[in-house]
Amino acid sequence: MSSFPEGLKYAATHEWVRVESDGSVTVGITDHAQELLGDIVFIELPKLGADVSAKQEISVVESVKAASDIYAPISGKIVAINDALLDSPEIVNSSPYGDGWFCRIVPSDKSELDELLDANGYAEICE
Amino acid sequence: MGHRTPLYQKHLDANARIVDFGGWDMPIQYQSLIEEHHAVRQHAGMFDVSHMTVVDVNGADAKAWLQYLLANDVDRLKETGKALYSAMLNADGGVVDDLIVYRRQEGYRLVVNCGTRDKDLAWMQQHAKGFQVSITYRPELAILAVHGPESIDKVCSLLAPDVAASVQALGNFKALESGTWFIARTGYTGERGLELIIPSEDAPALWDKLLTIGVRPIGLGARDTLRLEAGMNLYGHDMNESVSPIAANMIQTIAWEPASRQFIGRAAVEKHRAQQEAGELPCLTGLVMEERGVLREGLRVVCTVNGQEREGVITSGTFSPTLKHSIALARIPVGSTDCHVDIRGKLIPVRIVKPNFVRFGAKVFE
Repeated sequence: MSSFPEGLKYAATHEWVRVESDGSVTVGITDHAQELLGDIVFIELPKLGADVSAKQEISVVESVKAASDIYAPISGKIVAINDALLDSPEIVNSSPYGDGWFCRIVPSDKSELDELLDANGYAEICE
Repeated sequence: MGHRTPLYQKHLDANARIVDFGGWDMPIQYQSLIEEHHAVRQHAGMFDVSHMTVVDVNGADAKAWLQYLLANDVDRLKETGKALYSAMLNADGGVVDDLIVYRRQEGYRLVVNCGTRDKDLAWMQQHAKGFQVSITYRPELAILAVHGPESIDKVCSLLAPDVAASVQALGNFKALESGTWFIARTGYTGERGLELIIPSEDAPALWDKLLTIGVRPIGLGARDTLRLEAGMNLYGHDMNESVSPIAANMIQTIAWEPASRQFIGRAAVEKHRAQQEAGELPCLTGLVMEERGVLREGLRVVCTVNGQEREGVITSGTFSPTLKHSIALARIPVGSTDCHVDIRGKLIPVRIVKPNFVRFGAKVFE
């Protein structure tokens, strides 16, 4: 079964968001998403320093089975990307909420966080 | 709920993810497709392919009928147990299905695809008029494919010593029968291995024994990456009823001699052969992309023929777990050079190679 940790926010497009103490947010894809994709073999990372809008494509994940777009769950500037995923994309399969994070965004409009789902709300749409 | 094989519960026990495959509930993968793939290339894996269709052909005209039905010639099966790969064509030279035919002590055994079962059986019946032949679908049989460098030794460790010795001595593309078991050195992975066609009631116990001696369950996902690395066609993707075998890298499977043998589709494929020689019919080739990314079925291929830009299409594509980059089969104009694939609007360079990428665990193209 997929896991849906409490304390994270979720987009219906299967990204998660964790609000950090400095006000930035960490973004990744959910356990449910990695399960659907299966073995991930390439990741096109978000562009460091880019200004992105919510729901904008920021990354592409390629598994053996399919290619899938990843969308920014929130508007803002990308201030960090997880380079480790370039050589070891399988980390997203083994640790979607930990070492498999994609990027950190400094939000331009924190109220957008309220539009995201909580763990229960996201689990419901995955059923 | 779809059709289920006698091993359905075994798949659930092994934590399979079940998907609908041509109306059957089949395991797409157990834990990791890539690990399953490597298990077959390096050790031994087992595939439940009981969804495929076994058809036995008997009667005084069995040989003559198959010589009419199939593009390859069963006269090439000089001894009992020998196997032959063939297309079954329609009158327009399109591929109704691809199949394996084995010669038995009496008659023949065909294994055809799952998704084509009903139309194949109807096609066979329809074209049997005037032949003294019986066509028997055998749904009570299960098929377990066991493949990988250790597969034959592992299966043989479970067989009676005399049967094991015969299986060890079995040549490639040959089969033997021991009681109700039909054991063939055929498969769809590019590795050594066996396909065991056995009564359904024997399948669960055989599965359990193989599991106990370290043979790993392999899903349909890895079956596809393995067959594509081996450059083998998949029906409905690399060819279908509107594609000539000549445009699907199957020309070697058509027996042109004797010229007097009138098989269904002969006139059409003779024309296709001439068209391909004139550059008017495309060919199926291999593509290799060493850049990051994955070639997928349906992607547009842009290439150059005699200075002119032409197009083709990918018919099967995947990430190759053995080679660690993407490979594909593509239908492109004959004589193409300077090939690119359109991936999300970007033209990415690819190399054209023979459609055979991995055999016995190792890369085979230059």
